[in-house]
Amino acid sequence: MSIENLERRRFDTLVIGAGGGGLRSALQLAEADAHVAVVSKVFPTRSHTVAAQGGMNAALANVLPDNWHWHMYDTIKGSDYLGDQDAIEYMCRSASHLVYELEHQGVPFSRMDSGKIYQRPFGGQSQNFGGEQAARTCAAADRTGHAILHTLYQQNIRAKTHFFDEYFAVDLIKDKDGFILGALVLEIETGEPLLIEAKTTLLATGGAGQLFRTNTNAHINTGDGLAMALRAGIPLQDMEFFQFHPTGIAGKGMLITEGARGEGGYLVNKDGERFMERYAPHAKDLASRDVVSRAIATEVREGRGCGPNGDHVMLKLDHLGRDVLYQRLPGICDMSKAFMHIDPAEEEIPVFPTAHYTMGGIPTNRFGQVVVPVDQGEESIPGLYAVGECACVSVHGANRLGGNSLLDIVVFGRAAGNDIKKYLETNRHHRQIDDESLEQALAHLQRWDEGKDLGDGSESVSGLRAELQKTMEDYCSVFRTEDVLKEGLDKVLALEKRMNNVRITDYSKVFNTARIEALELENLVDLAVATVKSALERKESRGAHSRIDYPERDDVSWLKHSLYYKEDHRMDYKPVTLQPVSVESFPPKPRVY
Amino acid sequence: MRFKIYRYNPEKDQKPYMQEFVLDNVTDDMMLRDALLLIKAQDETLTFRHSCGEGVCGSDAVNINGTNGLACKTRCSELKQPIEVRPVPSMPVIRDLVVDMEQFYHHYRAVKPYLTVHDPVPEVEFRQSPEQRKKLDGLYECILCGCCTTSCPSFWWNPDKFRGPAALLQAYRFLADSRDQATAERLQELDGPYRMFRCHSIMNCVNVCPKGLNPTEAIHSIKKLMVKDLV
Repeated sequence: MSIENLERRRFDTLVIGAGGGGLRSALQLAEADAHVAVVSKVFPTRSHTVAAQGGMNAALANVLPDNWHWHMYDTIKGSDYLGDQDAIEYMCRSASHLVYELEHQGVPFSRMDSGKIYQRPFGGQSQNFGGEQAARTCAAADRTGHAILHTLYQQNIRAKTHFFDEYFAVDLIKDKDGFILGALVLEIETGEPLLIEAKTTLLATGGAGQLFRTNTNAHINTGDGLAMALRAGIPLQDMEFFQFHPTGIAGKGMLITEGARGEGGYLVNKDGERFMERYAPHAKDLASRDVVSRAIATEVREGRGCGPNGDHVMLKLDHLGRDVLYQRLPGICDMSKAFMHIDPAEEEIPVFPTAHYTMGGIPTNRFGQVVVPVDQGEESIPGLYAVGECACVSVHGANRLGGNSLLDIVVFGRAAGNDIKKYLETNRHHRQIDDESLEQALAHLQRWDEGKDLGDGSESVSGLRAELQKTMEDYCSVFRTEDVLKEGLDKVLALEKRMNNVRITDYSKVFNTARIEALELENLVDLAVATVKSALERKESRGAHSRIDYPERDDVSWLKHSLYYKEDHRMDYKPVTLQPVSVESFPPKPRVY
Repeated sequence: MRFKIYRYNPEKDQKPYMQEFVLDNVTDDMMLRDALLLIKAQDETLTFRHSCGEGVCGSDAVNINGTNGLACKTRCSELKQPIEVRPVPSMPVIRDLVVDMEQFYHHYRAVKPYLTVHDPVPEVEFRQSPEQRKKLDGLYECILCGCCTTSCPSFWWNPDKFRGPAALLQAYRFLADSRDQATAERLQELDGPYRMFRCHSIMNCVNVCPKGLNPTEAIHSIKKLMVKDLV
């Protein structure tokens, strides 16, 4: 296959990824009569948004008093002051409107007796800037992500969006002037490459939870968009901040929603002690996720873990009663029974912090434009947008609050859609495709073709992936130190080299998942290096990045975003936006729950 | 543990065949998806869809010892050996356990599975009582895995005309929603001898649904609405 006989399609906008972020953008554009293509490596409703459980934050004040400004404060505090306050203000101000809009589109939110949307308490939420617990998380039982994703897909059916289901995005195409012109994609069913030319390209490919052995993520969460950005010369921001969810099912990884603690569940150690009281006297089990995860890891490290190996703690829900559990948390009841033969109405659930969410990502501003540093400031990359978990706006900073990710994807999916509309008004024509960039992308894909796959076969994709995931778990987990991270970096750099030895044993064209997994592993390896390198360089503890050798937050030296470049594994930094759009800044202060 | 897995690669194979695999490291809590992944680590040509691993994405519907189910929610130790894994029935096989689902998705799109509201919407949420909302339980949770539709004999006979249990369940999900204003159109779309009335309450759909949903009951509810509409 050469670039002359490559099949080509043209659209105004190419959306890569069909989770909530991609679908919300696509909807905005399709309704504005833009010609939109959504490319997804799985059928849209299989995207990982479907697995989000607990809910979506918005200060509707349906249950307890609330307002968007309190939500803003909580999000900034939750981010350990690394979040950009302009983007956070924008997100929290938009939240209520967007929940109502989703409700009008059909999301089956749970209801209160008044007929209003049900809201539950979640971690890190407060009334009145750090006061009593708030109840801000709008829920459809514990299947909120499923409800939102299906609704957004359904609305896109109505809007007649073009879908390319089961197409894998290989690389972005860019020209010498720095414009992004679309992407080379692979039709999985036929194995044929396809060039999708687009005036604007939106990356909405989700996170990279598959970096870690035990994770709450789906098999597909391999950070493809982040790696595509890296290969296009774009840096990744704040990659050292990876969220470990406090309550993954121990040893297996399936997620038990924070909503379980929101509904009144709590954690106990082997002595039956409700230990969160010691770590977060005020918020207890509803402290921020980084705080709860560290507490669990500490309990286990200090010998108070449960089970024969003392390697987990227990989540207690049985006191809530069967009716409440099966009404409010039916999904996790079902999951506990299916995977552990445990009925949460009768028994405690074994849990341990589990890799969950990529706070870092492709640097963007609050309009969804991808931005890179130039001289003293930064500028946007023409034609390129990113939203959701693959992006770093940054509304989550060093630690994301539960319930803010579903909000993030909908708010910035819409914002990017709106900005793309404006961009299309002034950029009315497709630019000439850059053949060199296209050749490069095609060569990347053909690395895994018969005759061009020059690995000696001493390594396999599944073997190397398992080793990568184990390395990340052992060397870049909840607690980190210089020595361990250095060793971890050596190991992932060695893995990067060993990718050259990999040879696949399936060169079929039809639905070749071996090839897809090889491409995904390449992406994961790049992101592992980005994550460990960024973690090694940040010599402080902030949010999810916890350095035993630098236990304090250091605002003098480190109140800044990391930027990692693939070329030479180079680091750069940029300031945090402390100035909101219209209200006063929340300056950093000690973070206590 | 012994497995017999349906293999077919259109580029290489004249016809499909069953291939035997033996795994000696299957633990008691291992799901079929885990086992398939172990087999794939030995033979990466084995092709199947899967993703979330916890029964919410609906990717890995397969036929297991003759019954449709999700590989990720089916425990190997509870199955009779050799465990026979085949693609879900009646759909064109693309390769191994991967089938072409387009017919299934077509019927889903055809029932207009989206909330339709003709009146102006309020500035806040529509009010919906807990009782009204409860009517959506057992309907909205569908994950579009296709276990039900591909196990339905009526669908096997008329895959081009009969909407199938999954699509009909979704049709009722919107009919049952107090916010929806397209009842008449929805009922009219489903009228006629094929689209819904090919359902003969065989109830295979109910038996195989990995989410415990009941499409047959939903179809009955639609029929009741039609009768009510007539009188």
